[in-house]
Amino acid sequence: MKMLPPALRPRPKKPGIKPAKNGNGSGNGAAVDENGKKSKPPLKERAKPVVDGAAEAGVGTIGWVDERSGLTPFLRGFMYRKVPKGINWFQTLGAATMFAFAAQAVTGVFLAMYYDPNPTEAYESAARITNELFLGEFVRGMHRWGASVMIVLIFLHMGRTFFYGAYKYPRELNWIIGVVLLILTMVMGLTGYLLPFDQRSFWATEVAVALTGSGPMIGPYLGDFLRGGAEFGPATLTRFYALHMLLVPGLIAALIGAHLYLVVKLGITAPPWLKAEKRRELSEEEI
Amino acid sequence: MNRQEKEQYLREYSLLKNQGKSFFPYAVIKDSFMAVLVMAVIIFMALLLGAELGPKADPTTTDFVPRPEWYFFFLFELLRVVKPPELVVMATVGIPTICMVLLILLPFIDRNPERNPLKRPIATLAGITTIGAMAYLTLLGALAGTPTVIELETKPQFEAGRDVAAQSGCLACHQIGENGNSGPGPNLTDIAERLPRQAIERTLLNPTSPMPSYQALKDEQPEKFDDLVGYLGSLRETE
Repeated sequence: MKMLPPALRPRPKKPGIKPAKNGNGSGNGAAVDENGKKSKPPLKERAKPVVDGAAEAGVGTIGWVDERSGLTPFLRGFMYRKVPKGINWFQTLGAATMFAFAAQAVTGVFLAMYYDPNPTEAYESAARITNELFLGEFVRGMHRWGASVMIVLIFLHMGRTFFYGAYKYPRELNWIIGVVLLILTMVMGLTGYLLPFDQRSFWATEVAVALTGSGPMIGPYLGDFLRGGAEFGPATLTRFYALHMLLVPGLIAALIGAHLYLVVKLGITAPPWLKAEKRRELSEEEI
Repeated sequence: MNRQEKEQYLREYSLLKNQGKSFFPYAVIKDSFMAVLVMAVIIFMALLLGAELGPKADPTTTDFVPRPEWYFFFLFELLRVVKPPELVVMATVGIPTICMVLLILLPFIDRNPERNPLKRPIATLAGITTIGAMAYLTLLGALAGTPTVIELETKPQFEAGRDVAAQSGCLACHQIGENGNSGPGPNLTDIAERLPRQAIERTLLNPTSPMPSYQALKDEQPEKFDDLVGYLGSLRETE
């Protein structure tokens, strides 16, 4: 068992007391005994392992966190879980969508540092980002086109899921979470479109909110909620800003967590045309 | 799926899974390659296409044609395809809502245990049709111009009003003569036969959604507003 450095191995609770084997399966009797012995001698001799510990500070930190969180077995289960044979490039689209979301989050944070959601200042701050800031237009461009990339990827991911029949038992719930993620991504596109506050964004959003408001039953209430009142006004921009920056991305991040949890729990879909080989064939192949 | 089919699937899947490889590094390396590719595409697009910023938002202008981001074109086009006014709500809210509900309920609608796309032709065909329809609507939206010229002949005293109408974005949603889009708004070529001048003015000031109000134009440039109303009030087929 050489998988774990000494720092990752469970430590004795008290000097000199042999600990019971730990649940994470990495318990190594010899090493623990060694540790146990080392803690017995007087202070002078004990000083040496402490220096050694400082030399591997990184590992020591991992060990410290691991001892308190039990993260290593979880991560090992996550990384070394098996994925079915035959998975292909179409099945990287979900991870690609998640990566596009991460890129949006990072560029979005940088934009938020310089953006001012006040209706009298919004356009000016967007213009400052675009025209004056170092790499400002580049980051805005990344955020803008990153949105398109994410939309394309999420639709492709959904298409792949559909044609593989991957929404069927036992993955129905994950399909539903995915559809909600798709809708939330579209909401991100809609709310983000207003923020530069130029003519394009203003008029398109005016129409979009009017359309929402024309719906039956909850339509008018939803329209008023988005506008922050009966008229398109200063409250509208701050409302879209809050939705775009806090509520919707928070929901997306949380739902991606749930989505991934179910992917790991239920396993990645195998391409539907594949059949499992019989045991005998497998052993022949391995030879 | 009944219990037996469920168990059969789980058995088959666990066999396939056992014959597979470890997530790390075999799947991680593919995902990482995709991540690099996604990043490269985003950077390339940002460098190539930049981030344009139009003129500042101005609620008082009326000459701006609203246009959504390209990935909403298919919803936008739905408005144009559906013409009867009583069905517009269906296009704006009804169809998207129905589509969302159908998507969410898909696993409960399609209960066929078969997963191979070649062995479930109805689902595969429905999927391809949906993708095709969305691509077609997106393409229509991309190609739909934003006309700012009205070629329809008019009397000299209404020409100023015709120019205001051409520049006010009416053509984004209305047809006047040969110009403009045929929806979601009604055809205006003969609007004066159906609405008196006062009713046209009232509609401009207090329109039904999604049409924007022209109140601002009346407040800022009343003579232009009067020209516009005069021009629309002159639109008759018989002329």
